[in-house]
Amino acid sequence: MKQKIRIAAGQGFWGDLPDAPVRQVEGGPIDYLMLDYLAEVTMSIMQKQKARDPNAGYARDFVPLMLRILSTCVERGIKVTANAGGVNVRGCANAVIDVARELGLSGKVRIGIVTGDDIMPRLDDLLSRGIELRNMDTGEPLSTVRDRIQSANAYLGAWPIVEALKTGAQIVITGRATDTGLTLAPIIHEFGWAENDWNRLAAGTIAGHIIECGAQASGGNCQFEWRSIPNLADVGFPIVEASPDGTFVITKHERTGGWVVIPGIKEQLVYEMGDPREYITPDCVADFTTIQLEYEGRDRVRVFGIEGRPATEFLKVSISYSAGFKAVGTLVYSWPDAYDKAQAADRVLRARLDRLGLKFDQVLTEFVGASATHGPLAGPPRSDVPEVQLRVGVRGEDRNAVERFTKEIAPLILTGPPAVTGFAGGRPKVEEIVAYWPALIPKEEITPSVEVLDA
Amino acid sequence: MKVQLVKLAHARSGDKGDTANVGLIALSDEIYPILVREVTAERVKQHFKGICHGRVERFELPNLGALNFLLHESLGGGGTLSLMTDAQGKTFSTALLRMEIEVPDDLIFG
Repeated sequence: MKQKIRIAAGQGFWGDLPDAPVRQVEGGPIDYLMLDYLAEVTMSIMQKQKARDPNAGYARDFVPLMLRILSTCVERGIKVTANAGGVNVRGCANAVIDVARELGLSGKVRIGIVTGDDIMPRLDDLLSRGIELRNMDTGEPLSTVRDRIQSANAYLGAWPIVEALKTGAQIVITGRATDTGLTLAPIIHEFGWAENDWNRLAAGTIAGHIIECGAQASGGNCQFEWRSIPNLADVGFPIVEASPDGTFVITKHERTGGWVVIPGIKEQLVYEMGDPREYITPDCVADFTTIQLEYEGRDRVRVFGIEGRPATEFLKVSISYSAGFKAVGTLVYSWPDAYDKAQAADRVLRARLDRLGLKFDQVLTEFVGASATHGPLAGPPRSDVPEVQLRVGVRGEDRNAVERFTKEIAPLILTGPPAVTGFAGGRPKVEEIVAYWPALIPKEEITPSVEVLDA
Repeated sequence: MKVQLVKLAHARSGDKGDTANVGLIALSDEIYPILVREVTAERVKQHFKGICHGRVERFELPNLGALNFLLHESLGGGGTLSLMTDAQGKTFSTALLRMEIEVPDDLIFG
């Protein structure tokens, strides 16, 4: 058994720095590359893409990335875990097989695919058997949005990925798997941890939590002494160096920018946290109040002391449903009296919307440069503020009303308060809203499936 | 004396649906108990008046010298429903750092 394995984070979200995973593979020694592509509503976007093209429906960026790094990964024995499969895991795997053949790696690459997360075809059956899939935030039953659902997927944990790794898969592609599972699975696999080894499973889960947002653990978006952070232009993405006893070190490749410091790790630990004693994943319940941190050298923070508890009997389900339309329009007003002018323009705009009789569920006005981020806490803006951006958004069920709103922004330039600019983008775009519905499902309803394909 | 939190702590915030979370981290071990005493859920609710429309929950992480706050009903519906510039609550962290709290006159900070 190895005494240390290095798992590198390559993406904090779908759309993160395209070269980051390449730099993780080429910049120093790693054993695994972990790639998280799925945000909460990404599945619904992929569902739409698949409806138009049965070969689509996964994170397309993953394929050209494989073209760049697969040869090196094979040469150095680096394995990849990625939830790039979206709603078409098999399609994604086939595209990667094509890449492997193109690179002359036929017979050298085994791909594991994890499915079983998609419950969309089973929704009516589940509902008819009394599994209500109530919204975890609001308590509403799913029946209130049943006819508007676009995708429904259970979050799978680390164990199906472990099973795929056991078959010798070099690349494991999943659909809706937890971000933390992508990091925890390689550690379980390498060290042979048991399914009820709750403390260590919690440790691997927290390791995953720390690196799942990419450089947010290595100097990106770090408030602590932010002016002192070296060379963010070349920021190194974080790497977990895991040990069999459940302790681990967060680090990054040498000769990269950013930093790995205790205050920065603390910032990432509290990111998107709920009750710190109850960090619930499919694999365990991790207790963040047991985490201990210490320095083990430059850009090396050791994490230890972590305790966990048994996993719950439920899996989280991510359901997306269409929830109307929205549009946001902006204009910029300049000194003198920039804030007063922006406010006056908002009054003019609202009077016109009222006269048109347009109905919206919400109309929101913000003044960027004055109060958009901190609201009343910012206090009144300086009277000589150089410019203020008026930003008005509307949301509603009626697409035509939202469409009509978008035609009322640009006319303010010639028919409203003076010294206005910033309209080069033209009319705002009407966006269809795909909203997120979190729910729970009993674990026994979900059977993950693991399959192996050879290139 | 009164000191603004920005001199005593750093923070990171994010979202879960319509709830914003703010993790507030003391800049030293001496500061953490002062945060526990002064930065109560009630004070935070009052601080975010007009922004947070639901309740505020507070959790303690003495091991990290940190407090975690959940500000319910704060993100205009949250996620894709929200029309806010900061629909993900990313700047709630610095908004909290605007708060002024009472600290002992001999406290060394910043």
